[in-house]
Amino acid sequence: MKKVIGMKRNDGRKPEDFRELEIEAGVLENATGSARVRMGRTIAVAGVYGPREMFPRRLQNPEKATLQLRYTMAPFSTDERVRPGLSRRGKEISMVSGKAVEAAIFLDDFPKASIDVFVDIIQADAGTRTAAINAAAVALADAGVPMRDMVSSVAVGKIDGTYVVDLAGKEEDASACDLPIAYMPNQDKITLLQMDGDISKEDLKKMLELAKDAARKIHKVQVEALKKRWLK
Amino acid sequence: MDKLLKNERDFVTPGEKLVDSMEFLPGRNCFREGNGVFAKKTGLLHVSGRVLSVIALNGIYMPQRDDMIIGEVKDVQSNGWVVEVGAPYQAYLPLSGVRGYLDSAKTDLSKVYGVGDMIYGKIKMVSSTQSVHISMFDRMCRKFSGGRIVAVNPAKVPRIIGKSGSMIDMIKRYTGCRVVVGQNGVMWLEGESPKVEDFVINVVETIQEKSHVEGLTSEIEKMLKNSGIKPAVQKSDEKHEEGDRNEKE
Repeated sequence: MKKVIGMKRNDGRKPEDFRELEIEAGVLENATGSARVRMGRTIAVAGVYGPREMFPRRLQNPEKATLQLRYTMAPFSTDERVRPGLSRRGKEISMVSGKAVEAAIFLDDFPKASIDVFVDIIQADAGTRTAAINAAAVALADAGVPMRDMVSSVAVGKIDGTYVVDLAGKEEDASACDLPIAYMPNQDKITLLQMDGDISKEDLKKMLELAKDAARKIHKVQVEALKKRWLK
Repeated sequence: MDKLLKNERDFVTPGEKLVDSMEFLPGRNCFREGNGVFAKKTGLLHVSGRVLSVIALNGIYMPQRDDMIIGEVKDVQSNGWVVEVGAPYQAYLPLSGVRGYLDSAKTDLSKVYGVGDMIYGKIKMVSSTQSVHISMFDRMCRKFSGGRIVAVNPAKVPRIIGKSGSMIDMIKRYTGCRVVVGQNGVMWLEGESPKVEDFVINVVETIQEKSHVEGLTSEIEKMLKNSGIKPAVQKSDEKHEEGDRNEKE
């Protein structure tokens, strides 16, 4: 195995670069707030509805609002057709991404209400949950939901001894581990931390720093997208 | 006094630090954490003295006492009406909120306000458990008959109305259209012809799109002048059939 420092990746990126990132806010007419995020070849569209009355009523929380995030992949999003609707994997990602953005929202401002976020993956090429979280955060800010901070998300991996940011496509299979995080840049708090594979404690620390740096850069793009949407 | 990190009318996003000082206070759409004041919503910063607030650019309507709202009657119950006002909570118009004495055992309440009717009411109470009560005890309150209902962004309503009603008065003056804007982001209008109504809707959309622009009033005035619409007779806006009828009873 060769150690490569300053190596170039399949798509010509440096190890610490994330993919080409394009964010557009306010893409859906009917939603309170919405966003489309493209990270390389992964595309996610998020729509926020509400805060609105929560149904079924028995699920209302009299103390605070409930955030319901639904993550789904379009049938045509991958090489092989994805069965539409919630899968076991979809349920898990809905839950973790929901918790990741929920941490940033002032839920106490809307007792009994529900904030519904729908994220659809239009095209998948690894890193769909990070794209989903980025899209959901911009859509929530676009909808005027009161938030503590934005949430920016990115994954870090380790290929041939090199830490690489924002794994794409085949890199994910080559990586010794996959570590997606969601991060609140102004608060300096991590709201999601998952890990596939096996790495040492030192590796984890270094990878987290890399991920945070990348997330801060993603945050800037998110802010720009909102600015563009509202100050046309 | 410590320096602000952002200037008046600057664009801010949630979580952005506005100042790192205890000398400033968090106002509307802001919060304090540690020593700093942060923005809670996407919007424009407004500084008034020591209070920092953010003028939101988008958002849903949250009911507040004394708001004038336009709501749709969703259900008629034995002692009142359920009204949808576009908030996360349903509003209730009790019989005690309507002028005159109505005996619910002898009156068909749906004859007063039926399902689907649009009413202009006032928020009388918002309890801590988020139950919202409406009353019709106001000079302006009434049931709408005819006209058109248009949804607008609740966050932009203050801009559509303008300082002490300057913007909306101007629109009325130039088009002769009768316009009522509810604080909940629902607008009612009735003009001489559908064409005039379409034009007013167009104007309001422009206001919403350019709400952050300074000197918008003069721009809108230009737009109204160039429209070529000449109001025939100035109709009074204080004409409200429902209120009059109830007073006679």
